[in-house]
Amino acid sequence: MSTVRAAEATAVLAAEAGNANTARTLTIVLFVLLVVVTLGLTIWASRQTKTATDFYAGGRSFSGFQNGMAIGGDYMSAASFLGIAGIIALYGYDGFLYSIGFLVAWLVALLLVAELLRNSGRYTMADVLAFRMRQRPVRTAAAVSTITVSIFYLLAQMVGAGALVALLLGIKPDTTFLGMSAHTAKVATIILVGALMIIYVTVGGMKGTTYVQIIKAALLMGGTLVMTLLVLAHYDFNLSALLGDAAGASGKGDAFLEPGLRYGVEVAGNAQQTFYNKMDLLSLGVALVLGTAGLPHILIRFYTVPTAKAARKSVLWAIGIIGTFYLFTLALGFGAAALVGREAIVAQDLAGNTAAPQLAEALGFDFFGGEIGGAAMLAIIAAVAFATILAVVAGLTLASSSSLAHDFYANVVKKGQASERQEVRVARISAFGIGAIAIVLSIFAQSLNVAFLVALAFAVAASGNLPAILYSLFWRRFNTSGAVWAIYGGLIAAVGLVFFSPVVSGAPTSMFPDSDWQWFPLSNPGLISIPVGFLCGWIGTVISKENDADKYAELEVRSLTGAGAH
Amino acid sequence: MSTDTPAPTESVAQRYVAAQRSDDFVQLRRTLRRFVFPMTAAFFGWYALYVILSAYARDFMATKLIGNINVALIFGLLQFVSTFLIAWVYARYAGRRIDPLADRVRADMGEVTHEHGPRG
Repeated sequence: MSTVRAAEATAVLAAEAGNANTARTLTIVLFVLLVVVTLGLTIWASRQTKTATDFYAGGRSFSGFQNGMAIGGDYMSAASFLGIAGIIALYGYDGFLYSIGFLVAWLVALLLVAELLRNSGRYTMADVLAFRMRQRPVRTAAAVSTITVSIFYLLAQMVGAGALVALLLGIKPDTTFLGMSAHTAKVATIILVGALMIIYVTVGGMKGTTYVQIIKAALLMGGTLVMTLLVLAHYDFNLSALLGDAAGASGKGDAFLEPGLRYGVEVAGNAQQTFYNKMDLLSLGVALVLGTAGLPHILIRFYTVPTAKAARKSVLWAIGIIGTFYLFTLALGFGAAALVGREAIVAQDLAGNTAAPQLAEALGFDFFGGEIGGAAMLAIIAAVAFATILAVVAGLTLASSSSLAHDFYANVVKKGQASERQEVRVARISAFGIGAIAIVLSIFAQSLNVAFLVALAFAVAASGNLPAILYSLFWRRFNTSGAVWAIYGGLIAAVGLVFFSPVVSGAPTSMFPDSDWQWFPLSNPGLISIPVGFLCGWIGTVISKENDADKYAELEVRSLTGAGAH
Repeated sequence: MSTDTPAPTESVAQRYVAAQRSDDFVQLRRTLRRFVFPMTAAFFGWYALYVILSAYARDFMATKLIGNINVALIFGLLQFVSTFLIAWVYARYAGRRIDPLADRVRADMGEVTHEHGPRG
């Protein structure tokens, strides 16, 4: 192991210029190839996109396996690939908590949501929420929460893309690339990623987006499988040796392999802070496991298959694919800790977001003929990371533009009187608008922490969406007032608590470190805001007399049997 | 078995209310809920136990089992195993117990079961 690190250090010093160029050229070639292939598929998909069902739901023509791959492509975001590997590389075991929460969360989707949603909805999450309610208030609320969750998530991905590109293209603060400084290159990348996602969605609709996500899932699984095998091969497939080496290189010893370095930190002599830290760990755990089944861009994927059985199959495939991927993150994270080393990772990126690409470079150097091999592996993994980001942002843009067009325009503004053609046109315009807003916000949000934005999106989804979805599907008494209370109550609690948390103000690591209006001690609001969402839904329901038993009969029969399914 | 035959004049609402009250549907709902509710409670409790132990039972989690492999790692990997296992058990249960009942309710309602499902 020390040979690898030493060799890499020499390589970095000696070959800064030559190999950076090789890697850069290869990265650009692979990236252009990726863009050409995905745009080609998008244009091909656009020829088959004629009706609203084609645009929103890919004609419901995908198989369980295809949709399972696409769900993987939609779900395994830059935060998963780069973020988790980075947290494990820097803090050890605690990063694994994300992997576990993100995976176990799929059981909520499998057991309680996927099939029932597929049977009773058409295009958006709100189709189910508003099924037996008054359309306008519920659809408005659902559109607001869909767009809020998606924008937080979108920002995380695009900021991540911008932060990575300077590093992946090897642009140092005092050098330029094609005449661009690091800052200009970041902005250019955000605009490029934004433009591509707008094209995928407006031109290809759900079909084009799905193909992009399938390709990305295949690339990501292939790339991380190879890296995992190389890491394990380096240690003769002895997991214990890998862990020991990682712990040794981390300088933290055995604590690196145990929970507690990053989350639930025990502060000696400060019982109160220790208590808050542990509550924060529980809060994160709850938000991760309950967030997935409330993410609109994941929920609309269930509409792309013909039947509930196919929806079930797609979740089963997704669990297999995503679970395997999260097992790989262990090898990637501990591998980076051992083979790249904390110092080299932090030197590139304080949050550790480049640990995985750096590991790829070290592995390429070790296994595939030195510097050229390292440059090639770095380029390939960089292209995979770009593909990862593109697929996720396309899914998010599609989810929010669908909701804006189908829920807000067609059912609130036009009161259900819009033609299919009008609706799809509005969806395309919305995708353009949301993409443009996301580009501008991302440029200004570049200093925000990527993992935090994603965890926040999960907390908002779990608080604002999940209670309303579960009540809708399983509680006979639930009504319009309950749905509106559940969505706004959960949404406001989650966003509000974050606003008053140390994430935003009152701490050196806050967004506004010089101001202090912080009073809520946890950085993740889930532990409080998710119960608030459920409670608001209950209060809203019982204070209203409205109760349409006939419509609930229709929803229940349709959701459980698939009768009358679209 | 339901003896209701949907008459052409029956309204949509009546049709669904009748289906909801049919014995087959009541059994379908019971079969589904009997599995998914306890199973949700089980996996959520199992996951919560893992998170709580990570927060409060650090010494236990740090116990080494084989080489550098400790309880925390095994516990985490067991979460993967249980997730895969529950998914597999549910798929079997749904295929054997839930799907046939759902098909029967749909058939009783006079809906044709499409191999590839409805489109549109």
